Amino acid sequence: MEDFLSRLRELEESGSAAIRAASAPDELEQVRVQILGRKARLTQLLRGVRELPQAQRPQAGAEANRVKDSLIALFDQRAAELTQGPEERAPQVDLTLPGRGRWRGARHPCTLVTDEICDIFKELGFVRARGPEAESTWYNFTALNTPLDHPAADEQDTFYLADDIVLRTHTSPVQARVMQEWQPPVRIVVPGLVYRRDPYDASHAPAFEQIEGLAVDEGISFVDFKASISYFVHRFFGEDTATRFRPSFFPFTEPSAEVDVSCLLCHGEGCSACKGTGWLEIMGAGMVDPAVFDNVGYDSERYTGFAFGMGVGRIAMLRYRIPDIRLLYESDVRFLQQFERA
Amino acid sequence: MNVSYRWLKELGPTIEDSATELAERLTYTAVPVDDVVWLGEGLDELVIGKVLSVDEHPNADKLVICKVDIGGDEPVQVVTGAPVVVEGGFYPYVGAGQTLPGGLLIKKRKMRGEPSEGMLCSERELGIGRDAAGIMQLHGEYEVGQPLLQALELDDYRLDVDVTPNRPDLLGHWGVARELAPGGNADLRLPDFPGQVRCASSIAKVKNEGVTAGVTVRIEDPEGCPRYMGAVIRGVTIGPSPEWLGNRLRAIGQQPISNVVDATNYVLHELNQPLHAFDLATLSGPAVVIRRARKGERLRTLDGKDRVLDPEMLVIADAEVPTAMAGLMGGEATEVTENTRDLFLECAYFDPRRVRRAAKGLALDSDASFRFQRGIDPDGLPRAMQRLIELILTLAGGSLDGDVIDVNPRPSAPGIVTLRPARVGHLLGVELEPGTIKACLEPIGFQVGKDKAGSLEVEVPTWRPDIEREVDLIEEVARRHGYDRFPGAMRTFRPTAVREDEYVESFHRLREVMIGLGFLEAKTTPFVPQGEGDVRLLNPLSEPEDHLRADLLTGLVHRVEHNLARGQRDIRLFELGTAFSAAAGPVPTESIRLAATWTGGRAPAHWLAEANDWDVWDLKWILGTVASLATPGADVRPADPSEHSATLDEALAVIAPDGRTLGRAGRLPAARVDAPPWAGDVWALEVEVTPGRPATVDYRPLPVHPAVERDLALLVEKQMAIAEVGAVIRETGPATLESLWVFDVYEGENLPQGTRSVAWRLRFRAADRTLTDEEVDRALGKITSALQEKLNVAVRGA
Repeated sequence: MEDFLSRLRELEESGSAAIRAASAPDELEQVRVQILGRKARLTQLLRGVRELPQAQRPQAGAEANRVKDSLIALFDQRAAELTQGPEERAPQVDLTLPGRGRWRGARHPCTLVTDEICDIFKELGFVRARGPEAESTWYNFTALNTPLDHPAADEQDTFYLADDIVLRTHTSPVQARVMQEWQPPVRIVVPGLVYRRDPYDASHAPAFEQIEGLAVDEGISFVDFKASISYFVHRFFGEDTATRFRPSFFPFTEPSAEVDVSCLLCHGEGCSACKGTGWLEIMGAGMVDPAVFDNVGYDSERYTGFAFGMGVGRIAMLRYRIPDIRLLYESDVRFLQQFERA
Repeated sequence: MNVSYRWLKELGPTIEDSATELAERLTYTAVPVDDVVWLGEGLDELVIGKVLSVDEHPNADKLVICKVDIGGDEPVQVVTGAPVVVEGGFYPYVGAGQTLPGGLLIKKRKMRGEPSEGMLCSERELGIGRDAAGIMQLHGEYEVGQPLLQALELDDYRLDVDVTPNRPDLLGHWGVARELAPGGNADLRLPDFPGQVRCASSIAKVKNEGVTAGVTVRIEDPEGCPRYMGAVIRGVTIGPSPEWLGNRLRAIGQQPISNVVDATNYVLHELNQPLHAFDLATLSGPAVVIRRARKGERLRTLDGKDRVLDPEMLVIADAEVPTAMAGLMGGEATEVTENTRDLFLECAYFDPRRVRRAAKGLALDSDASFRFQRGIDPDGLPRAMQRLIELILTLAGGSLDGDVIDVNPRPSAPGIVTLRPARVGHLLGVELEPGTIKACLEPIGFQVGKDKAGSLEVEVPTWRPDIEREVDLIEEVARRHGYDRFPGAMRTFRPTAVREDEYVESFHRLREVMIGLGFLEAKTTPFVPQGEGDVRLLNPLSEPEDHLRADLLTGLVHRVEHNLARGQRDIRLFELGTAFSAAAGPVPTESIRLAATWTGGRAPAHWLAEANDWDVWDLKWILGTVASLATPGADVRPADPSEHSATLDEALAVIAPDGRTLGRAGRLPAARVDAPPWAGDVWALEVEVTPGRPATVDYRPLPVHPAVERDLALLVEKQMAIAEVGAVIRETGPATLESLWVFDVYEGENLPQGTRSVAWRLRFRAADRTLTDEEVDRALGKITSALQEKLNVAVRGA
């Protein structure tokens, strides 16, 4: 039996090789006669099955038939190959042709930037908050320690809907709303549309996206503020981006700071994007002014915190090197499509 | 504010840093410096020339030939078209081969036959003034051939300082020098003017009213004007300022006008005290009365505009009429002119809020009102008045008549603020010794008292109206110490108690789906013309777009038009945003919406496939997908034709579980879209987003028994909604009817009049056994007879 099976395997191997080696139809026919013909070796082996013991015959027969079928299939395939022309033997499909597509969508560059900023602050425990776009002057100015008869109120030219109702000039009113609703710890980021009475030009739009952040708890200090903002800058702009904090003025923070990052284009050498300074202004920030806490009913002796705000459009323009803010609001599909893989 | 580096160093002689170093220091510790400009830019090669002779040009009426001494062996010849050239006058000279600041290269050339070797320059050409009319004659004596930079003191830098509203003290050179001098306040001194005339004036203090040199000065509104100083100088000669003063003013971007005006302007920029000079002869009385304007009073201000006043406004008046808007601008009738001989000088403190209200009311901005609104130093008046008097006497001659009167109904008191060093450490995160705190505060004028039980009494200088609370002092300490000297150390934080806004998840899911469907996210301007919104802005930027949008779709359709106009045929836009509608009160109702518009091919062109445009069945699928995400449980139905036919064709509506209409969708009628002939149908949807997560998923076991499917071709009248047929099938089908769907709709031949054939496939399955054919047939029989009975729908071919 073992002898039978080994001869069968030897025959399968040599037969397959001979079939593959045949290079013309008549040569192949000769091989066929030798292996599969009436007097051929396989036919003789098959006849030999009868001489095996009764118990071994089914297995031996099945194996022999399998070898026979596989050699026949191989023979047919080779015969077909030898009768076909060379061009028909080439691959059936030209896969250099384009695939059948579906449209790709894309997030708006401002959304891309907002999502990334929110994700980074999520790592620091900030959740998203939201608020209305039409606000009372109390939330937009008064609660934020900005008396309307103070020149600070002029810094943002305001759209009015009624005497005491404005389109919010920043996302900061949401700070006051959230603090009125919740007790500390507060850690929120507030993306949203804000309005200023600036006509469209390359860097201004009368309605634009802003993102605001606020952290309030016991024991939050200027040191935490600097660390949190630096963490964001490194995650968003890259580990080798330098951050600097310098004095500024916002009525709702004190101390107030302007945050600059080393220029993303020239890396501090000085170029037209940074007006030769090597620094780019990215956000206004600071420690929450105790007057804001007083206005929303928090104990300003017990709680401290920091807040920050930045223009999403400006950040998107820096990141994607968009030269003109109007591109963000024109909705030209050739512009928007560029962000489909972003 | 423009700051001259030279001026700063004169006031603060201990300042040794370079201009760029000062700019950096100011930026890091106080307020940002936007720019540092070298005033001598491009002027290195220019020299002072003296015109020796001016002769007529033989061939031109409008040209003259000048011989100019520029310090060489021989004078040079210059041909100029300047209207006035004075023999013996000194002028800036630029020679051939040299360039002007604008980059203009001067060449030797012939003008109407006469050679010209160089050029005499105007202020404008030198980049130091606005005067382009004539060449710049220098007043006084100069050395010929001297570099212009030195002669005009243009070897100076201008710092463009962006003074924040909380730092009025930095609106003058004195305050900036105080901030930058190593020893602060103690290092400052007022330098003498060239040829300074000294004047020992005496001050007469009165409460509400007094008389000096025959002029009555009276404050009738002490709230609006707590302090007013006046002085009379007689016998002045009005004329041009000397070159040093012109240089100084030009260095900070101001134009010299005449000696008295320039003197007030000089002291304003030096000591941050706005000042005004009246022509005394024009004051009736003579009296100076500080009072509220009377209703309907008028005043023509220096800018030539007639102002109508109201009692909220504070004016300076003579015995009869207003002569100046207090803190804003003088009046034309009392202006100093070249004929003025006697002056009344004003040096006052006006209430910031009152000045601000008047400035807003009259839409009148001036250097003075900018400073009064922010708050000047009420105790700085005497020094500024003394400085002004001596400067005018030096420039214009004359003499002081009588006392300087100081009407001061409400003397200021220094503010005292308590500062706890422990609180400094608490807020700033770093413990600072009282000694360190003192070293931060004292140079800039704060008096820090002894440590009493852990707190310091700090006396605030009168030029710092912004410092009222402990935290204001902490900011002073932080910035003077240097923000960059504080470490940044991440400490553990507690998770927030605030729950995330419920829209966040909805927005996220809707964006995912729309982007998956191939849509591009747009952001459109929320300002629209009347008719597209009913919430009006009181002060719109532009007249046509003076409302807030009532929907997002209209704006998006305009964006589609914008793209069509740029040759784009395949457009798919969506926006998530706020729509506004007028409400009962002044606050509009805001609604958060998702809108989308699309047109063109369903897929990018492919070589195998025929181009295929979006159709209503895409619309229905897209709407169904977003509607249930926008509001869980929302349902899509054909819109009630009466409701939507005007705005949309093939309109669908989104209905909330509570029956409210949340949105609409359909094809835009051709008339509503400005589209070229090659554009496809434009489809649109808009749906309100109502936050909430979709229902949670409960796993159902996967089936273990095979299903049985049966097809049912039904003859349905054309007017009948297919959904009705489906409802009857579902109702009458057994529990084992797992699902059913339409797989073909046929209208055409071989059907009874007015009907269509709708082919359904029904799938039956039992959870616990294999269904038998008999069971399914029985169920099907029940269904068909119910259809026949309830809807008169027959099986086709039966």
